[in-house]
Amino acid sequence: MTDTPIKIRNLYKSYGSNEVLRGIDLDVQRGEVVCVIGPSGSGKSTLLHCINGLEAFDSGEIVFCSEYVGWGRESGGGRARVSERAMTKLRQRIGMVFQQFNLFPHMTVLDNITVAPIQVLGEERNNAIERARALLSKVGLAHKADAFPSQLSGGQQQRVAIARALAMQPEAMLFDEATSALDPELVGEVLGVMRHLADEGMTMVVVTHEIGFARDVADRIVFMDQGVVVEQGPPNDILTMPTNPRTREFLTRSLGA
Amino acid sequence: MDFEWHLFVDSLPSLLHGARTTVALAAAAAVFGLIIGVSLALLHATAFPPLVWLVTGWTTLMRSLPLLVTLLFLYYGLPSIGILLSAVTVAIIAMAITTGAFVTEIMRAGIESIDRGQIRAAKSLGMSWVQSMRLVVLPQAFRRVLPPLTNEAITLLKNTALVSVIAIPDLLRAGTDIMTWKANTFSPFAGVALVYLCLTLPLVALNAYLEQGIKRSQR
Ligand SMILES: Nc1ncnc2c1ncn2[C@@H]1O[C@H](COP(=O)(O)OP(=O)(O)OP(=O)(O)O)[C@@H](O)[C@H]1O
Ligand SMILES: [Mg+2]
Repeated sequence: MTDTPIKIRNLYKSYGSNEVLRGIDLDVQRGEVVCVIGPSGSGKSTLLHCINGLEAFDSGEIVFCSEYVGWGRESGGGRARVSERAMTKLRQRIGMVFQQFNLFPHMTVLDNITVAPIQVLGEERNNAIERARALLSKVGLAHKADAFPSQLSGGQQQRVAIARALAMQPEAMLFDEATSALDPELVGEVLGVMRHLADEGMTMVVVTHEIGFARDVADRIVFMDQGVVVEQGPPNDILTMPTNPRTREFLTRSLGA
Repeated sequence: MDFEWHLFVDSLPSLLHGARTTVALAAAAAVFGLIIGVSLALLHATAFPPLVWLVTGWTTLMRSLPLLVTLLFLYYGLPSIGILLSAVTVAIIAMAITTGAFVTEIMRAGIESIDRGQIRAAKSLGMSWVQSMRLVVLPQAFRRVLPPLTNEAITLLKNTALVSVIAIPDLLRAGTDIMTWKANTFSPFAGVALVYLCLTLPLVALNAYLEQGIKRSQR
């Protein structure tokens, strides 16, 4: 157990000629909740995808719980790609929640939650089911175990998606605009679950447009623009006295709206 | 018109006997065709260039050749390179590789129609590529391609008529045999058509039902 489960150094990534991440440095401490804010296209989703190895990056370094993500160092000092097998192992330890929920539509809620623990971790079926039911109670959906995703509201689907990620007992959770696809009246129930998780001490990186949530729950806010971390610090500092004009402009626009 | 009821009725037992061969051939070719199709579609889905080229080349070839040509090519060609197979085996191979090529295309389209977010979610849960295919992508893709697959089954069933050219006693062959012996075309062929209809109509109905089901679920 390290105290800094996520370490990012000088991370660069381009899509073709489009430089999306341009030298990101970011450390996340155990139990810390980091909210990432920033305008559309600033590279927030790409950053999360790089952290759990859904996207390859060009240069720099990501270390998750003492293991290299994407690229490692060879003994000679060169770079070596981390094997797909090792990356798959790594992803088992990082939970991810997507804007579009991405529940498996052909499985019941219970199967959505148990499929990975059973198939990936080889957990015993009854154990997995028992834990899934406990997680469902935790997100307030114990009565929906046998429903299919299409029978649930967006807010309910997202809470199932959180339970599904938690079922892998991850060491950190990444949220990519988990409430952006929801009707306004459903946002609260999902933020409530996330807040609860933060209170329990989960290490979280939360990309969000919910400035209120960031203020109340984050230990630190990171403002990203055009592929760089422009400014970061405790919510109070960033939200009330941002030093960088780009941060100020962004906040004026998001809070003014 | 040389239709005669008693000839029509008398021909039915031997036609039904031929129909059993037709169904057995179609079923065997369907099973192997499905296995070939799913396997090749998965190879294609690896996105590994040599495999993609190989699969694309092979399916293009097999979709372009008339089944009759493939059938005769194998029937007369294999013995000349020392491979002796029964007519039935040759027929099943020819139909399976042809159907397999069409099934590959159908499955490939089905796999590609699954939202990329599904694969991301599967990966983020620590599933390997094989697990994400087996548990997440294929079950959804199968549901989506069931209607075109039943269409392919209808085509396959009708195409089995071609095997009569290599002397397999299928439904069509039973009809032509009766025609020769009884010197009457219309009566046995009315029977042949009727039996083919009885075989294909349930599949046509199944196809229509599945198409409706897809429409319903999209609403
Ligand atoms: N798969 C991809 N292929 C090509 N370009 C991409 C891809 N994914 C993202 N991009 C580009 O990378 C840039 C950053 O995208 P990203 O999704 O990381 O931004 P974001 O900060 O999450 O924005 P948003 O708030 O809109 O979600 C954008 O210019 C986008 O067009
Ligand atoms: Mg995004």
